[in-house]
Amino acid sequence: MNSATVAGAVERRTEMRWLPLIAIWALLLTAPFWLPLLGGYTALAGRVLVLGLAAMGFNMLLGFTGVMSFGHAAYFGLGAYGAGLTLKYLAASTPLAMLLGTLLGGLAGTLFGLLIVRRRGVYFAMVTVAFGQVAFYIAYSWNDLTGGYDGLRGFERAPIHLGPAVIDIANSPNAFYYFLLFAFAVAVALMAFILRSPFGRTLVAIRENERRARFLGIPIERHIWLSFSISCFFTALAGSLYALLNNFADPMALHYSLSGEIVIMTVMGGMRAFWGPLLGAAVFVVLQDYISSMTVNWMSFIGLIFVLVVLFFPRGLLGMLQRRGAA
Amino acid sequence: MLQLILFNVTNGLIIGTFYVLMALGLSLILNLSNVINFAHGNFLALGGYIAFVLTPFIGFWGALVLSPILTAILGFVIERLMIRRVYSRDPVYSLLLTFGLAFILQDVCRYIWGPNGLPLGVPDSLSQPLSQDLFFITWYRVFMIAVVVVAVASLFAFLRYSRVGVRIRAGTLDLETVAVLGVNVRMLRSFNFGLGSLLAGLSGVLAAGQIGLNPNMGDDLLMPSFIAIIVGGVGSLTGTLLGGLLIGVAAALTTIFWPAASEAVIYVIMAVVLLIRPRGLMGEEGMLT
Repeated sequence: MNSATVAGAVERRTEMRWLPLIAIWALLLTAPFWLPLLGGYTALAGRVLVLGLAAMGFNMLLGFTGVMSFGHAAYFGLGAYGAGLTLKYLAASTPLAMLLGTLLGGLAGTLFGLLIVRRRGVYFAMVTVAFGQVAFYIAYSWNDLTGGYDGLRGFERAPIHLGPAVIDIANSPNAFYYFLLFAFAVAVALMAFILRSPFGRTLVAIRENERRARFLGIPIERHIWLSFSISCFFTALAGSLYALLNNFADPMALHYSLSGEIVIMTVMGGMRAFWGPLLGAAVFVVLQDYISSMTVNWMSFIGLIFVLVVLFFPRGLLGMLQRRGAA
Repeated sequence: MLQLILFNVTNGLIIGTFYVLMALGLSLILNLSNVINFAHGNFLALGGYIAFVLTPFIGFWGALVLSPILTAILGFVIERLMIRRVYSRDPVYSLLLTFGLAFILQDVCRYIWGPNGLPLGVPDSLSQPLSQDLFFITWYRVFMIAVVVVAVASLFAFLRYSRVGVRIRAGTLDLETVAVLGVNVRMLRSFNFGLGSLLAGLSGVLAAGQIGLNPNMGDDLLMPSFIAIIVGGVGSLTGTLLGGLLIGVAAALTTIFWPAASEAVIYVIMAVVLLIRPRGLMGEEGMLT
């Protein structure tokens, strides 16, 4: 990538393009109405939002800091288990479950980040994926607490009480979808704010040229650690929403194959674009849903998606659009 | 108690030798091509299944020789067709590519040979126990360790004394200079990938004789192999060897006292190594960091 296209990409992100933004939110807000017409269901849209948020959080690290973690499923799954355990053992409160789930995953990521900030490239990826499996084995072996292989069951998302009003997210799928969308919107706004701040700009500088950033006096390790930590918090929030969505937390939400799926969603949508991971998540979730209902050999098709994206669409869907727009 | 400890130490050594074979193959590819091969466990499974197909025709001994070679050829071809295309790109692409390959290869095994376990027959002479007291050690286990020792020794001798081996080691340190000196680096990397696959195929045949075949038999070995590399130090094959044995024995000894923690202990070892000696036991500073 030459410097002209980089500058172009940065410019396109800063100048607010209202039209795509309006289109994205209009589509998301009306999803419960048009999705059933296309043969989808509302929970599918919920999955897109949840995994899209996880991938967007992950992309803070991959796309905007240029550091490759391959273990984000761990923080996603910790978020899910944190929320599930809160609902099951502590209190029937959805906000508390979200808060504790996010804290569990985010803090685990923050502590682990301290160990690895000096690593780079594939070595960083290898250490993150290996460590990610720790959470998987804990959930897998600690049968009494987590339900082991069968996953954590026996909890339900609780209705939200706003003063006298009650939002019944437990029984109304549409109410729950809008609740998810609200959480998603707040998280994404916060993410955009962070990326547009001087801190976010510094992350991009590190991505573009780490050595130059270091010579400018930027504490690289601290920035990468913070970026890793923040991205883990967002991914853990997505995980806690995932537990609410399914009323269930399973060990596969912690497994490294989910880490790989988060990465492919991000790359497929376009890791240089803010909204790329959401688009990638939408395409991936819909394809996965469709393929697994069509054939038992769905793993081959999912693997094929990985291979095709890497070999033929490395810039992702939005990356290709952006290049076409620039040309 | 002594027998229990002996039993677990032998177990640990055997599991450790599998970690070593897997991790050495991964390490070879990682060092020269900067690629983490997520499909390595699936090459192991393929090696086992190929042996399963060959055994009725050429017997266990023939399959033990031929199956790793066929696995190596397969690895060589896959490297030529796909993996070499992403060497010049961001490492994220090679990871995703081998990740997708792992999905496909596992599904292919399941499609051809079915999801259930299959046995691989070993010669009767190998399935006898050593003696009455050592009933838990069959000759097959001794044989496995012997094969691994021979394979690892041959690998190190090959890298030390052969021309290609020296080039692989040199390429690990500075690939550009090796290329400038006139070595066909593209061919070297393909060959090296094949060599890594050969080791995976060999461990596949050996493992199949002990625990039987199933489509995801390599998955449980993949993470410990990563950890063996990290603990031993990226860039050092000797380190990988030590790391694999260390975590194998540590996991087996933990089984005696606290079975549930036997998986966890290898992660604890990794955490301790990363804290105290981030480059790994034998790793050189600056390699892949």
